[in-house]
Amino acid sequence: MIEVKDLHKSFGDAHILKGITTSFEKGKTNLIIGQSGSGKTVFLKCLLGLFEYEEGSISYDGKIFSKLSPNEKRALRAEIGMVFQGSALFDSMTIAENVMFPLRMFTKQSKSEMEDRVNVVLNRVNLPDAHKKMPSEASGGMQKRVAIARAIVNNPKYLFCDEPNSGLDPKTAIVIDNLIQEITDEFNIITVINSHDMNSVMEIGEKIVFLKDGLKAWEGSNKTIFKTDNEVVTDFVYSSNLFKKVRKMYLEESD
Amino acid sequence: MIYLHNIGTYFIMIKDIFRRPTKWSVMKPLILKDIDDLIIGSLGIVAFISFFVGGVVAIQTSLNMTSPLMPKYLVGFATRQSIILEFAPTFISIIMAGKVGSFITSSIGTMRVTEQIDALEVMGINAINYLVFPKFIALTLYPFVISIAMFLGILGGLVACVYGGYGTMEDYIEGVKMDFIPFHFIYAFVKTFVFAFLLATIPSYYGYFMKGGALEVGKASTTSFVWTSVMIILVNFLLTSLLLG
Ligand SMILES: Nc1ncnc2c1ncn2[C@@H]1O[C@H](COP(=O)(O)OP(=O)(O)O)[C@@H](O)[C@H]1O
Ligand SMILES: [Mg+2]
Repeated sequence: MIEVKDLHKSFGDAHILKGITTSFEKGKTNLIIGQSGSGKTVFLKCLLGLFEYEEGSISYDGKIFSKLSPNEKRALRAEIGMVFQGSALFDSMTIAENVMFPLRMFTKQSKSEMEDRVNVVLNRVNLPDAHKKMPSEASGGMQKRVAIARAIVNNPKYLFCDEPNSGLDPKTAIVIDNLIQEITDEFNIITVINSHDMNSVMEIGEKIVFLKDGLKAWEGSNKTIFKTDNEVVTDFVYSSNLFKKVRKMYLEESD
Repeated sequence: MIYLHNIGTYFIMIKDIFRRPTKWSVMKPLILKDIDDLIIGSLGIVAFISFFVGGVVAIQTSLNMTSPLMPKYLVGFATRQSIILEFAPTFISIIMAGKVGSFITSSIGTMRVTEQIDALEVMGINAINYLVFPKFIALTLYPFVISIAMFLGILGGLVACVYGGYGTMEDYIEGVKMDFIPFHFIYAFVKTFVFAFLLATIPSYYGYFMKGGALEVGKASTTSFVWTSVMIILVNFLLTSLLLG
């Protein structure tokens, strides 16, 4: 379990996170949702140790991140996979080299062992023949899959995804969402996903944390989000007409 | 205040280049790639500019020597002095601040805005070491570039002088060999090493610490060029007063 307690983060005078407490469980896809600019990326980067924060604590399965020794941090980092919003593939490396990179950093495997593992994960994300391509030659959806492959290649215990389906067409977006959920299930890992996409909320929101103005405004799941009366949440969820209709149908069904 | 802060950050970055080194198996290909991009990739333009500027220096010198009392070997002598002392180390470095510097800033800056640097840091990599150290090592070969510039500059002067009818080859070569002071070479290569260090680190600083998106990458490259050249000129002045003054 990842536990976050009273997390505060500022940039200069701008107080971005104002005390967030929540937790994320194993084998679940945990969603952080909220409008653009609500602090989702900053929150995720604090979890990953990319940003320092002023107050609060973050613990991974009981180990408080900020209190780990450099070696322990390194060991923990080897267990973390991250999918960045723009994929963040290394543009000077081929797709196969990108996926192999964490293995070269973290393991002492031989070249052929690494190549085998790269084949396995590239197959897993349905990219069996993309090895030699450069990231710039791949479509957005393909880059996302490569980013996922790179994130899971070293068998992580924790997977983080920042808006994994932003910039993708709705169909590809669902494929990516489902892929992340299947992987979470299959490997029984803790997955935390930033999203502002209502499709994802419905599809894979096993746990949902709603951020607004640097605070946790609501917490629940895709089962409960359509029933809540919390105005901040309903405002966000039903900003589109489609979801207003979905809610009406949903409420009628459950009556 | 902001300048002080930037200077502080720059020196912290310098320290970080040598901390927590990246695995050698990962670092080696990066160094080779940077040698290719920064050193090999610059030879063409450096050779071209040196040869022709050397020619121009020789022609100008001889055109300005109107008095018949001046010895003929002076053309070769003056060309050698200006090329070894200033043209090759300093002015080639300013050109490299444009070519290599903006390449470094924009490639590191792009990695910053596309979160590739975050991707490195998530894996616990010291991104400053990973990105800047190979450039630093590649640029230790920079004195070779400057040697080539010196040689081709003097050769360009010779060719222009002889084929332009400004003097004989013998006179020119006599001038090139005349009154040679080895310390001038030391001075030139001390400068070259310092400039190489500036060329590797200042553009890296502007790329690494940039904020914003693709548009800002362009702006950062321009700022980086301006400050790298300003620093080269200032350091040149300091070293010259220190070593020759
Ligand atoms: N490195 C940074 N420096 C200063 N401000 C930042 C930085 N990163 C994010 N912010 C600010 O934090 C706020 C939240 O941003 P972000 O977490 O990216 O939102 P989102 O929920 O869309 O991911 C924004 O107002 C943004 O301007
Ligand atoms: Mg974001």
